[in-house]
This record gives sequence, C-alpha cells and structure tokens, in this order.
Amino acid sequence: MKPPPFKYLAARTLDEAIDALACSDGEAKVLAGGQSLVPMLNFRLLEPAWLVDINRIPGLDGIQDAAGSLHIGALTRHKTTENAPLIADAFPIVTAAMSHVAHFGVRNRGTIGGSLAHADPAAELPMLAMLLDASITTQSGKGKRTIAAKDFFRGSLATALEPTEILTAVTLPKLPPATGWSFEEISRRPGDFAVAAVAVTITQQGGRCTDARIALAGVGATPIRFPQAERTLIGQTIDAAMANAAAAIVRDQCEPQSDLQGSADYRRHLVGHLVARGIDVAAGARS
Amino acid sequence: MSESAHIRVTVNGSPIECDVEPRMLLGDFLRTTLALTGTHFGCEHGVCGACTVIVNGDSTRSCLMFAVQADGGTVETVESLGTIDALHPLQEAFRTHHALQCGYCTPGMLMTALDLIRKRPLANDAEIRDGLSGNLCRCTGYQNIVIAVREAAKVIRASNL
Repeated sequence: MKPPPFKYLAARTLDEAIDALACSDGEAKVLAGGQSLVPMLNFRLLEPAWLVDINRIPGLDGIQDAAGSLHIGALTRHKTTENAPLIADAFPIVTAAMSHVAHFGVRNRGTIGGSLAHADPAAELPMLAMLLDASITTQSGKGKRTIAAKDFFRGSLATALEPTEILTAVTLPKLPPATGWSFEEISRRPGDFAVAAVAVTITQQGGRCTDARIALAGVGATPIRFPQAERTLIGQTIDAAMANAAAAIVRDQCEPQSDLQGSADYRRHLVGHLVARGIDVAAGARS
Repeated sequence: MSESAHIRVTVNGSPIECDVEPRMLLGDFLRTTLALTGTHFGCEHGVCGACTVIVNGDSTRSCLMFAVQADGGTVETVESLGTIDALHPLQEAFRTHHALQCGYCTPGMLMTALDLIRKRPLANDAEIRDGLSGNLCRCTGYQNIVIAVREAAKVIRASNL
C-alpha cells in the first residue's frame, strides 16, 4: 500500500507543467487534489514515471461569473465549490450535490478538474457536467481546446484528454429563468460513490415545459443523458403521469451493471423511482 | 529510488527541514521520519480517515498527500492537542464520554473534529455526524463520539481555545 517511485515536479506555471507533460512521452500524470490519483498509486494500479503537481500554479483555481456562464478553474477545491455564493445562486443543484461528493476531509483537497479528469462513472461532478452542458477547457503544447461534456466522457475512467493535455477549467452555461431542479442519490453510506444518482432540471413557461434535462450517474460506464425521455416532457404540462412516462423510458434505456454496491436490477428499479421523483420535484409538483 | 526533495515544513509549531523521497506519504513522513506515531494509518487509500491531520488549516488524509507537497506549509497532528497531564478539551470530552474503545481511529476523529469545530456551526448532531462521516470507527457505534464532539465544541467555543 505504498506508491511506486516516481519523479516529481511542482510546476510553478502552466507552461512548465505542459512542457513536463510534453517531455514525458505519455508517462506523466497530473497531480491535483490527489484524492483519486493517490489511492490508485497506493494500490499500484498506476506507475507513472512522473507526477506533475499543479497545486502551486497560480490562477488555476477560482470561480468567475462571465457572459451568462460560470467559469470554474480546474484547481478549485470541492470545499470552495460547495460554499461559493456564485455557485449557490446560479446552480443550487451543484451546491446540493457537493455534500454527496466524498467527505469533509476529501472535499478539503479534491478539485473539480481532478474529478472530471478522473471520470468515475458514479461521481457527481461528471454527471453535473453532462446535465449542465458544460464545456471543458484543456491546454497542451498545441494550444487550447474546448470539449463539450458529451464528447469528453468516453468510458469508465476514460476521457477525451490527451496524455499531454491539462484540464484547466470548466464552463457552466447558466440555466434559463424558471428552471427547477432535483438531485437524488442513493449510496450505501454517506459520501460513498452513488449506487445510482439522478439529476433533473425542468424549465417551464406558462405551465408548460420548455426544457428538460435528465442525467444519471452510477448506471453505466459514463454519466449519461436521456434525450428521448427529455423530449417527451417538452411542450407538456408536467404531472405525475408525464413524470412516470419519462422515467419509464429512462429505466428501459439505461444499462446498469451489477457490482458489490448493487445489482443491475436493483439499479434499474432505483432509476425508475428516482427519475419520476426528480421530475416531480424539479417541476415543482412535489418538493 | 527516485531523487529526493528538500522540504521545509512547520509541524506542530516546530520548523522541520529534511530530504524526502517524493513518493513518501505525509503520514509516513510524520510517523517514520519525525517519529510522531500518533497519526495512524488504517486503509491507506483514503476511505477510513484514521490518518487525518490538519494541513494549512484543512483536515486532510495523510495517506493521500505526499510529504513533498507540504513544503512551505504547516501540519498539525494529534500530538499538537494535549498531554497526558493536560488533555485538550476534545481529548477530555472523548475520555469523559467514552468516545473510544480501541483508540485506533481516535487521532483521525480528533483532528477532523477540531477542523469541524473551527469551521462549522455544528448546530445539531446531524451536522456533527455529516462532518464525521468520512471517519470510520469499528468499536463505538459513533454515538459517544458525536456526544463528545458536541460537548467539546461547547467548551472550546466558551473558552476561545
């Protein structure tokens, strides 16, 4: 349970970190909060030649309000995201979900960029990135890239990040006015990864749904949206029957796995209930 | 063997200067290099919370941070709390309320509780339980730990410790 040997660089600038990744021939890992990477090193699931520590790079953290979006630096710690008034104002669903992200001590160090780059399929932040149509900014020697969340998560612990790229920020476009939300998670113990988690937003005008989003975590290899179920809600007055119909689509379309946390059947059962309840709550029918 | 790094870190108020291998976990540095064996390793992958110390004012799992990362910073361990003859109010409360049995998880519980008392209102037991949910105890069933933290918070806040 001790990490393998590696060479260590505490990068002082983003350029220095990018140079180190470029020179490492794909044998480097970026060390941010370390709350997922260090366990993998301790288990020796990874043996990188280099760790490039980005914790001392100024300007990589912080939350800014800009042009209809919030811009969150990759090194923003979970404790900051959890307590930020800017987040609570624009994305109360994120504030609510943060209390499910591991525990107090882990949130002191874990970062949003690290969580997205690690891409655990049962983690809350990748799921919220999907729900909120986030765009993810990366930088390498070749320049900057912006990747839509839907193109970023490729599989369990797999993303569109190249080995020479650093995830530098995530941008969340603000939700339209009159958007309700719901975050529901079932885990075996508080702070554990989700057996199943469901995030829903419903935007309504004149009593009809104008936008609906449904995202799941813990069910399948990546966080996932359900466009067909979302479309059935748009233009409708949301009631329990509508919520149940959309939830049935999600339940039938999701592809849960069995593991020690729960069987595939149990997860599918949970998803049906959580999505129906989530739509109800987000639409204001039940709180 | 990877190259060693030179670090300067303040541990429990004392300045330390030392060479460390980059892969040395902060908890191993405290226990083996500095002989501060009050910090206990349980799971060594961030699940149990037994190895929690306070780094730069934040409770942190010392199995998920490298000593080299503490360079320039401050670390507080359980040894910073009290002595056998003069227990810290948290330790006194754990003793009074029987909040430990085997004691293995206790250093992590104490350091997490200290960070919680410093930062959160802890207005009710639910908040205490939420704050401690990342620290596992296999003996007590938690109830007495919650009581001890609740009572210690009162004492600490009354005396501005």
